[in-house]
Amino acid sequence: MGVEGIGARVTRKEDKRFLTGKGRYTDDMTVPGMKYACFVRSPYGHAKISNIDATAAKAMPGVIDVLDGKQLQADGIGNLICGWMIHSKDGTPMKMGAWHPLAVDTVRYVGDAVAIVVADSSGEARDAAEAVVIDYEQLPVVTEAVAALASGAPQIHPEAPGNLIFDWQIGEPEAVDKAIAAAAHVTEIEILNNRLSPNPMEPRATLGIYDAAEDHYTCYTTSQNPHVARLVMSAFYNVAPENKLRVIAPDVGGGFGSKIYIYPEEIICLWASKKTGVPVKWTSDRTEAFLTDAHGRDHVSKVKMAFDANNRITALKVDTIANLGAYMSLFSSAVPTYLYATLLSGQYAIPAIHANVRTVYTNTVPVDAYRGAGRPEATYLLERTMETAARELGVSPAELRRTNFIRTFPYQTPVIMNYDAGDYEASLNAAMQAADWNGFAARRTQSEAKGKKRGIGMSCYIEACGIAPSAAVGSLGAGVGLWESAEVRVNAVGTIEVLTGSHSHGQGHETTFAQLVAGRLGVPIESINIVHGDTDKVQMGMGTYGSRSGAVGMSAIVKALDKVEAKAKKIAAHLMEASEEDIVIENGELKVAGTDKSVPWFQVALASYTAHNLPSGMEPGLKETAFYDPSNFTFPAGCYIAEVEIDPDTGETDIVQFVAADDFGNIINPMIVEGQVHGGIAQGIGQALLENVQYDENGQLLTASYMDYAMPRADNLPSFKLSHQNTPCPSNPLGIKGCGEAGAIGSPPALINAITDAIGHNKLTMPATPMKVWQALQTAH
Amino acid sequence: MYATSYHRASSVEDAVKLKSANEEGKYLSGGMTLIATMKQRLAAPSDLIDLRHIPTLRGISVDGRKVTIGAATPHADVAASRELAAICPAICKLAGHIGDPHVRHMGTIGGSIANNDPAADYPAGLLGLGATIVTDRRSISADDFFTGLFETALDEGEMVTSVTFDAPEKAGYAKFNNPASRFAMTGVFVAKTAGGVRVAVTGAGSSGVFRHQGFEQMLASNWSPDALANVAVDASNLMSDMHANAEYRANLVKVMAKRAVASAG
Repeated sequence: MGVEGIGARVTRKEDKRFLTGKGRYTDDMTVPGMKYACFVRSPYGHAKISNIDATAAKAMPGVIDVLDGKQLQADGIGNLICGWMIHSKDGTPMKMGAWHPLAVDTVRYVGDAVAIVVADSSGEARDAAEAVVIDYEQLPVVTEAVAALASGAPQIHPEAPGNLIFDWQIGEPEAVDKAIAAAAHVTEIEILNNRLSPNPMEPRATLGIYDAAEDHYTCYTTSQNPHVARLVMSAFYNVAPENKLRVIAPDVGGGFGSKIYIYPEEIICLWASKKTGVPVKWTSDRTEAFLTDAHGRDHVSKVKMAFDANNRITALKVDTIANLGAYMSLFSSAVPTYLYATLLSGQYAIPAIHANVRTVYTNTVPVDAYRGAGRPEATYLLERTMETAARELGVSPAELRRTNFIRTFPYQTPVIMNYDAGDYEASLNAAMQAADWNGFAARRTQSEAKGKKRGIGMSCYIEACGIAPSAAVGSLGAGVGLWESAEVRVNAVGTIEVLTGSHSHGQGHETTFAQLVAGRLGVPIESINIVHGDTDKVQMGMGTYGSRSGAVGMSAIVKALDKVEAKAKKIAAHLMEASEEDIVIENGELKVAGTDKSVPWFQVALASYTAHNLPSGMEPGLKETAFYDPSNFTFPAGCYIAEVEIDPDTGETDIVQFVAADDFGNIINPMIVEGQVHGGIAQGIGQALLENVQYDENGQLLTASYMDYAMPRADNLPSFKLSHQNTPCPSNPLGIKGCGEAGAIGSPPALINAITDAIGHNKLTMPATPMKVWQALQTAH
Repeated sequence: MYATSYHRASSVEDAVKLKSANEEGKYLSGGMTLIATMKQRLAAPSDLIDLRHIPTLRGISVDGRKVTIGAATPHADVAASRELAAICPAICKLAGHIGDPHVRHMGTIGGSIANNDPAADYPAGLLGLGATIVTDRRSISADDFFTGLFETALDEGEMVTSVTFDAPEKAGYAKFNNPASRFAMTGVFVAKTAGGVRVAVTGAGSSGVFRHQGFEQMLASNWSPDALANVAVDASNLMSDMHANAEYRANLVKVMAKRAVASAG
């Protein structure tokens, strides 16, 4: 560890360009001859397309061409797919309906792409898009998952009768039913997890460039995983073979999961570039983002939790219906199954768990991973249930949790996960102390004297990060492996480029990854560059999501560094006529331990490239590649406590205190980790108090702008009290667990537990808007 | 945005002339609603006649207790006016809580009231103060000016040039923000004026800003928040949307009215 190594609060190397407006995003890319695309989108939630007439549009000024789904299909471009196979409990594979990049016969949600207009300017493209005449025959619409399963509901895909995609289960139903029948107490609760729009600051954009001379495509896109984009576009969508397709994800302004997936637009712009002979750029506007970016959450669940006479949990039974929208997005099937139900044991020793999950098509935008992806849904369900159970059993919420904590590791849950390390009581104690839990009663009295209602609530979350062991996820249906790759390239003058398959879109990899190298070699952080986001530069990669870049991406860098160091030591030993085993690397030098002999790092690098004096048989150069496949998930965990004061006159909730005690294992840069936790909690507060996607009965999106979709703002948020406990992760070389999603996972149940504590009953769904809290208070009276 | 032609008017007469020459044109003041609407392609004026550079339209003058605010005066100027704060702090407070700092430096009082958004703050302020709206051709009392949702008594081509009012003995404004847009989900302006007590409600009425006679009567005899405790608010004429139904708005009308009275002192 040094001032710039692991554990240091190094300011972010990338911030200078971001804060001075010098970032280079997809929409900043301009190439000669570039034209602009506008998509013609369905105004209806569900309709047959009976005719598309682009005659008038094609005659408009500046218009190069108007292309539709039949042309795309005729050119052999494939349908979009879901890359994770799930089988129903009867053994049948999930029922995936066709998702044409441009709708062919039927549109299934408002915003479904029907045609693309390419024109000289974006204004002309938009004008012409309005002139494309499409005859629709409207069909009945359903937007809610429960309603879509009801008999007589509109049929959305012929492949999925009754709109049921799969009916999946995990765990042991008989054991659970037996335990519930024998229980001393059973807590029952219905849980709604509200639907969210991801809202990255940078909207999606893509630039497709076809080079006819080379028969080669370049795709600039707002992606969290450009190599996966290339892989999928080559292997499944027939855009071009991988060697003829370069995908570049330059600076990307936030993703939160929504930029993992391959959307229709990048496929269509690449195809349209070949079709029209010009580079084609498309940039989403904000309303288009609300209409077409994959949404998150949207679960309805029924829960039963059984306890014995000692308040120990004996079983958990969960029945969930998950809305997947109009089409199955790339990882949509994994989110409400293996990323959700496998975390239902939480921090607790639960002998028997059974979860049944039905996923459903509706006439809404596809639903996929959003910050936390399945784990927030599991945590919210479990921690609301625990709080409710504590109230019913008449014990303190902390006590009920302590009674049930897992205390020995490794711990095999009944739902696949094998927890490797943790100390849940340490986080609980730290959070309760920071929150002055014992002083709450006095604070409540003070609030009551002011006519306010005060409540306190906790949430003990666990999540699984560092996805994932490739063989394990392969056996569960994943279409890809989830390793990561790295290349450490030492230049002849000793400066270093690290090529990584991870992708930074706000996480600060250019700083934290450089810290790792600077700390190991003792070279200045300025001499290290992190290269990512370009399939022509970086060998291969699986990208950034699921808090995997530290645990998996950095572990790959460690492996590559190990190889570089080993070779450098051999060279240094040769130069100093010492034994390789005696060489140590410190402060930018390779030293012979116990002597004053040393050779500077740059000199070893130079020697490797001049190759004038290398050990016999050694290849010149100093550059190594490594692939790291994790042996387990990592398990960040912690305890969050929210304290709220409610104005009973208006129902407005003021978060007067928010405490987060997290165990992320070892931490690379505490400042960046705190930023991640702050952002995650802000999004969790958004879900708990403000954010909610709403469609009307015709499938029109009511919350298609910030006039109606409430994002958290600075004055909605308190100052957060953070602390870190540390049980290092045993399964990766750096002991890292991951911190990117915890805030969004742990905070919603803490808040709703606090608000329901304040209002005195449990009848409240997210988001707890002032109106809903006020209404809840009226029913309490 | 569709293509449009921009004109910078140099005087009120120039502006009126430009408007009459361009039938499909629109006056542009701060543009806080109009430009956003045009960007969404929901409005397509052929011409924009920019009023912000007409010197006589901008500024605040206080003569004794008589206040005149030029139509092109931005909210930030009203919020920061010491002369105004000395005799009518409630209107400064109202202006200081419109939108965000960007909006307050661009948006103008004339633009706001001519647009008459049912969730805007100024309509409540001017109706509550019993202000007079001065146009290029006449004076209109606030009671007559605000006629419905996004509707005013302005004739085609008529433009607001200033607003005037006499500083009230007491006044207060309280609003509850829409959690998404931060427009007033309910805002209530109360004033004790020479002509009597006035209570104006914005953000809640299904026909836009309105006066609440029940509150006015009670406050006339007892200027205190408690005076409103037993006055019913009829929910039947209030708006319902996803953020607040009529019943909740009815509650907010009373709560905000009480807070407005309390803040007025």
